[in-house]
Amino acid sequence: MSLGPAEVAKIAHLARLAIRDEDAPAYARNLSAILDLVAQMNAVDTAGVAPMAHPLDTAQRSRTDEVTEFNQRERFQAIAPRVEAGLYLVPKVIE
Amino acid sequence: MHEKTIAQLGAGLAAGHFSSEELTRAFLERIERFNPLLNAFITVTAEAALAQARAADERRRRGEAGPLTGVPMAHKDIFCTDGVRTSCGSRMLDRFIAPYNATVVEQINAAGAVMLGKTNMDEFAMGSSNETSFYGPVRNPWDLDAVPGGSSGGSAAAVAARLTPGATGTDTGGSIRQPAALCGITGIKPTYGRVSRWGMIAYASSLDQGGPMARTAEDCALLLGAMAGFDPRDSTSVDRPVPDYSAHLDQPLDGLKIGLPREYFGAGLDSAVAQAVEAAIAEYRKLGAEMVEISLPNSQLAIPAYYVVAPAECSSNLARFDGVRYGHRCEDPKDLLDLYTRSRGEGFGAEVKRRILVGTFALSAGYYDAYYLKAQQIRRLISEDFRRAFTQVDVIMGPTSPTVAFNLGEKADDPITMYLSDIYTIAVNLAGLPGLSLPVGFVGQRPVGLQLIGDYFTEERLLNIAHRYQQVSDWHNRAPAAFG
Repeated sequence: MSLGPAEVAKIAHLARLAIRDEDAPAYARNLSAILDLVAQMNAVDTAGVAPMAHPLDTAQRSRTDEVTEFNQRERFQAIAPRVEAGLYLVPKVIE
Repeated sequence: MHEKTIAQLGAGLAAGHFSSEELTRAFLERIERFNPLLNAFITVTAEAALAQARAADERRRRGEAGPLTGVPMAHKDIFCTDGVRTSCGSRMLDRFIAPYNATVVEQINAAGAVMLGKTNMDEFAMGSSNETSFYGPVRNPWDLDAVPGGSSGGSAAAVAARLTPGATGTDTGGSIRQPAALCGITGIKPTYGRVSRWGMIAYASSLDQGGPMARTAEDCALLLGAMAGFDPRDSTSVDRPVPDYSAHLDQPLDGLKIGLPREYFGAGLDSAVAQAVEAAIAEYRKLGAEMVEISLPNSQLAIPAYYVVAPAECSSNLARFDGVRYGHRCEDPKDLLDLYTRSRGEGFGAEVKRRILVGTFALSAGYYDAYYLKAQQIRRLISEDFRRAFTQVDVIMGPTSPTVAFNLGEKADDPITMYLSDIYTIAVNLAGLPGLSLPVGFVGQRPVGLQLIGDYFTEERLLNIAHRYQQVSDWHNRAPAAFG
């Protein structure tokens, strides 16, 4: 499969990743090469093969519904880029 | 003191030949002297290490010491360490001070070990040469022109150069075994679920597994014993007792059936590497093992399947880095979208971006069945190959890597060539099996690794098989000349 710079830009938008215009052709080339590598999977017929999501095929555990975490807001917000009055600040979303 | 293994250091501490504080100072001095050459450490925590060492000496005076009490070690900078920068080799987390300890770090602290610092790594563990690190490449102590392998390249180089007797690593597609091979040390990737992933920054959650890296299998047994165990905070952790990995290291290998997959000895394997591996296998024959030729027919599909599963999971995992709660944030974002895209665009390096893009594409509308689902089906085929093999043999052996360490810069511009260096290690992660690499020789100055692959939860047996070889060989005792 071959991707062009325009498709790279679209995928980059989905991934919320800023890619410089001048870098897009190189990403397009690399991504196309990776997808060609991946396409080797198509040589095998996997009809009826159950997909394997977990190496040990075990189900996810559930736990009892009880409070296990305590409030550490100040500790966690100490490493945030911008906070004010206990809130994370981002650019204005609603005009 | 730096020449001693963890087991020997533990014995020296117990006998009172030196204190943990003396030992820790000796290793800190070596780091200060040699790290500028190697770039194996991102952060050195000298003050905290000395405080931990004094506490370990105190604990020993109280008669409460275990085999790791007072022994220095290092953590790959992917494990969260409370109050210490945890960068994951990325600009994104350059100023991230973790607010808690990973379970692995807690357990190693509880054993009384001393943390010297955090080791360099490929950015977010994505790489096979340590060249994708924001902090620059690590050099291989055996040859400074060579890469140390990756992604746990800093841990491997630090152990090989005797800057630390042991270190933690993580392995998603070979990131413990391949650098262990390229740096001439021993490393084990345990069965998926054996070691807690809590506090270990996620790359591909269905493949990631932490494990120890040290000079010998005996040392790996000690470290793995401290690292392994059930953790309710990791939803894929396995609730199963941890054996004493040191108890049966000396068990004889008479009658051991070793499977040699023909796919691991074919085209693409460097002939000098093949020779060293075959010599090691001949040694195992002398130790009483028998060889069985086997086939893992879907081996060639491991890399294609991995480069769907791993990027897909990474694109989801790395979505958390949004410039809002922690990590890099761009200057003067004009709106929320700009904040997200620019923070991520500036914070991540090229290889991480490539994998996020591949994963985003593979998971995007209309492509799921063709990519992720298909890869999961292939994963089943690969794991069935191993299941069949383990009805015939006890362990599988082959080269860890098709070549010895390559030169810095040699593959850095070509992602596909780089990906192919993990050709023998990736299938093990897809199947979730344990794998170990141990040193079995050199090509020129550069080390060769032998890979052992075991059935689920046979870490104890793998360590025993590696240990028996290390009783009759001395590759693991060789030190790179410049760091002796």
